[in-house]
Amino acid sequence: MRLLTHNMLSCNIKGVSKGFPLGIEVAKLETKTVEFNPQFLRHSFPKIEWKAFQEAAKTLGVNDLPEQVEPSMLDDDDFLRRFHHALLEIHLEEGDLVCPETGRKFPVAKGIPNMLLNEDEV
Amino acid sequence: MARPERQAPPELFYNESESRKYTTSSRIIHIQAKLTERAMELLALPDDKPKLLLDIGCGSGLSGETLSEKGHHWIGMDISQSMLEVALEREADGDLLLGDIGQGLGLRPGVFDGAISISAVQWLCNADKSCNDPRKRLKCFFTALFHCLARGARAVLQIYPENTAQLELITSAAMRCGFSGGLVVDYPHSSRAKKYFLCLVSGPPSVLPKPKGEDGGSESEDNEIDEDDEEEEDNARTVKFSGRERPAKRSKLEKKNKKGRDWILRKKEQRRKAGHEVPRDTKYTGRKRKARF
Repeated sequence: MRLLTHNMLSCNIKGVSKGFPLGIEVAKLETKTVEFNPQFLRHSFPKIEWKAFQEAAKTLGVNDLPEQVEPSMLDDDDFLRRFHHALLEIHLEEGDLVCPETGRKFPVAKGIPNMLLNEDEV
Repeated sequence: MARPERQAPPELFYNESESRKYTTSSRIIHIQAKLTERAMELLALPDDKPKLLLDIGCGSGLSGETLSEKGHHWIGMDISQSMLEVALEREADGDLLLGDIGQGLGLRPGVFDGAISISAVQWLCNADKSCNDPRKRLKCFFTALFHCLARGARAVLQIYPENTAQLELITSAAMRCGFSGGLVVDYPHSSRAKKYFLCLVSGPPSVLPKPKGEDGGSESEDNEIDEDDEEEEDNARTVKFSGRERPAKRSKLEKKNKKGRDWILRKKEQRRKAGHEVPRDTKYTGRKRKARF
């Protein structure tokens, strides 16, 4: 699971009002190279919740992202490369996603988070 | 062929041997690719820029492959673990999620530029467990889908409805959740090639209309158009109707008026006019009695 997906996911349990962002517990990481595409990065930048993204990146060991960002930084090639690396190339292979409100854990196995809910959580 | 929906719930039906078919059978692969191509055509993305798409019921990632070929990033969701494992083997480019779309999607609002689904949504019409209510699950799914799509984004869902009732159930659930759009039926006269695509649009398009006078035209030119003309134009575009409003039910109206001070005063006035002897109106007229009475 990439951080792009992590940034889109929120906890879906009934009654949870603030299920975003999910905490990450890392057991295994993997890096896969993905083709660099500045157009896609610029397009998806406004949709990213930066604070959640930056903190999630930190948990995965990427510390070179700035805390504050503005759209003008997208013209900077160096920034784009770092953004690209954190957003698309680092994969969480094994670990857990943790709901910030209830503490419920969603296990991640082979890079696939298990978001299935029990009957009483729907 | 018997309908797979009749045999077992999706998480059990798509077991290892069934999922295996999706890597080995060239016929299935070909059909899936063709369906996805058509879905992309109906999705009508505004430009060729890479987008973030959602693949609902992505299964073994066959549909995702077509999306990747066009340069889009995608996130896929499926309920069958075995199918997702096949997708891993096939090295699908998108991210995969194990989830039940009938429980909602658990995605942030307004982030996806489009969604496709190939032969998945009709599974929601099954009530495999006692706690599953197809209507509720469909509502849950479409509400979540509506939320996670950007305004003006489209969703194209290819479905295999069992009968017209099921088709109606799915379509009406989508409309009730705020989608506009409708059904596209390919090859409607052939029973084999017939394919249903539910094309949904979430809200008005996010593209702004063009402002006037950008090309240097002056304001006075526009003013020359007569107002009557505009009205006529409006009339030509819309259908007139009249007498659609049903008269409100009488009983409801009467109930509202009945009993109470106003009603008593009105009745007394009527009696007075008719020449009867009526006690005068005081502050005690129509007053409620105490509880002990």
